[in-house]
Amino acid sequence: MTKTSKVLLGLLAMGFSLTAYAKENIKIGALVAATGPASFLGDPELKTLEMYIEKINAAGGVMGKNIELIAYDTGANPKKATTFVKRLISQDKVVAILGGSASGETMAILPFIKKAKIPLVSMAGSIKIVKPAKKFVFKTPATDRMACEKIFEYLKKKSKTNVALISGNGGFGKSMRAQCKEVAPAFGVKIVADETYGPKDTDMTPQLTKIKSMTNVDAVVNPGFGQGPAIVTKNFKQLGMKQTLVQSHGVASKKFIELTGNASEGVIVASPPVVVAALLKDSNPIKQIALDYINDYETKYNAPVSTFGGYAYDALNLVVNAMKEANSTDPKAIRDAIESTTSYVGLNGIYKMSKNDHLGLDIDSSIKMLVIKNKDWQLAK
Amino acid sequence: MVELLQYSFGGITVGFIYALVGLGFTVIYNSSKIINFSQGEFVMIGGMAAVFLSYAKFPFVLAFPLAVMLASLLGYMLFKLVSMSQNSSVTSLIILTLGYSIFVRGASQVGFDKQMHTLPAFISDTPISIFGATITPQAILVIVVSLCIVFALYYMFNKTKLGKAMLATADNKDAAKLVGISVKKILIMNFMISSAIAAIGGIVLTPITSTNYEIGVILGLKGFCAAIIGGIGNPFGAVFGGVLLGILESFVAGYLSSEYKDAVAFIVLLLILFFFPGGLFGAKKSSRV
Repeated sequence: MTKTSKVLLGLLAMGFSLTAYAKENIKIGALVAATGPASFLGDPELKTLEMYIEKINAAGGVMGKNIELIAYDTGANPKKATTFVKRLISQDKVVAILGGSASGETMAILPFIKKAKIPLVSMAGSIKIVKPAKKFVFKTPATDRMACEKIFEYLKKKSKTNVALISGNGGFGKSMRAQCKEVAPAFGVKIVADETYGPKDTDMTPQLTKIKSMTNVDAVVNPGFGQGPAIVTKNFKQLGMKQTLVQSHGVASKKFIELTGNASEGVIVASPPVVVAALLKDSNPIKQIALDYINDYETKYNAPVSTFGGYAYDALNLVVNAMKEANSTDPKAIRDAIESTTSYVGLNGIYKMSKNDHLGLDIDSSIKMLVIKNKDWQLAK
Repeated sequence: MVELLQYSFGGITVGFIYALVGLGFTVIYNSSKIINFSQGEFVMIGGMAAVFLSYAKFPFVLAFPLAVMLASLLGYMLFKLVSMSQNSSVTSLIILTLGYSIFVRGASQVGFDKQMHTLPAFISDTPISIFGATITPQAILVIVVSLCIVFALYYMFNKTKLGKAMLATADNKDAAKLVGISVKKILIMNFMISSAIAAIGGIVLTPITSTNYEIGVILGLKGFCAAIIGGIGNPFGAVFGGVLLGILESFVAGYLSSEYKDAVAFIVLLLILFFFPGGLFGAKKSSRV
């Protein structure tokens, strides 16, 4: 044990999670909301990062060096995120940063990234992170805008173009609601009702009753995550509403089916491909890596995978692949290599980055429309 | 017309959930004049413990009493903390309960997990339709359970020696001691009863709301509003306050806009505190000269 490693172990005891330290490591920073209101994002993200960095190191590391993860728990708090990003940049001297888990904290750290010229790969949803494209900023999850487009494309195909929105008024719901309203006209979709609820509300029957009393609603779209969509789904069933209920990628995990029970039968969900890996065609290159990921994660942590761990998986791999590609750990070289990624097959789709597109996902490979049948997923026809 | 009825059903369901939480506040207040801000956490513990025990294959008849016992145990621990700082002012004790709530929340984040969980509906999840508006059997169960608890509390506080001893303890600890009341025992009992009530609430509402480690925060706040609106210390007041709050929220969401819904609770609270400082059913303050 070197002195440094003792100090670092001390930090570990204080709640920071660190992997073993050795000389000449490649340091990658991570800002994840492992606790707090967005912990359902940050917790699987951190677990995924730890698991795969261990694997990469066991397989010989990158360019003969081990990767060292320096992860800080932001609690989804932008103030904490800015403190930690400064520490990652000036004290830990990392070569790239993964995170944050939520859009708010990601936006808060962008000025520091710009100044430090270190590549950042965010695991947050908002389109604002990469639009307009910022030189050092990338992200892995498909945007809420893409989810809206996919949902409306589906509803248009079904000629259900009179849509009622019922959105959570937390960050996720708010952002997606705005995006959906913006893209609706392009698909000939009319937003005929626009209701909201608090992220901690326990009853949405008033809002749904209002929608139910309208005669011209074909479909109800529910942007939101956490318990809200589960309660909306239960209330929807309770009121005996006959319209199509569409849920966003915010609920795309087995947990949602578990929380809603019979009420989710027939609900449509826009989901990243990872949760339904088994349903994908064998020719789809995402299928095998997704099945492997699910297997790795579920064996190690004995918990079902969510889509969120997948965001971290892709963020890590984009950076690792870039280092290999550039054969360098220089932040600028890594950035250039990430931007020139043209065919990385990840859990969220196939990434094809360019100067103006720092997400690089197309709607078809990155979002699937599913329907819940017999408490399981099926591809929606 | 159907809408009005449906808004009322929604409001009443939520209202009784608030009431169940509010009831816990009244019990501790009635014996110690402390407002226990960790009340919401006991609700959470009840639900989470029931969920995890049922995951561990405990049948409901065993899991539920165990969950309630766990919550009472935590209530007992809170009492221990409070009694250790006996000479502190009521204000510092209230702050102590706030600290305890943060502790319980953190501990269950580690001890349980950070995910959402639910329990299946106890009776059936087929909604009952009344004149076109629907209500779930679980919601009716919540209403029945709160009414049972409120009558039991009313009976205890007003008709039994024990209840009167509790009220006497709150009023004047020293005088209560002098007439032979074991103040310590009374307080222990109160802390345990109020956490047990909260846990029962947490269990019966889990199939409706789902639960996770931080559900206690907002439920605790709304329950507190309910108790204050009704007049803290009066169990009927807590129920009335809860239902009033639930119905108002539901009507505002239905007839005005869902955006204003959450503001309602706090506007009503301010108005009540302004015009009826003791709450709608609160005891009139009389001062002796």
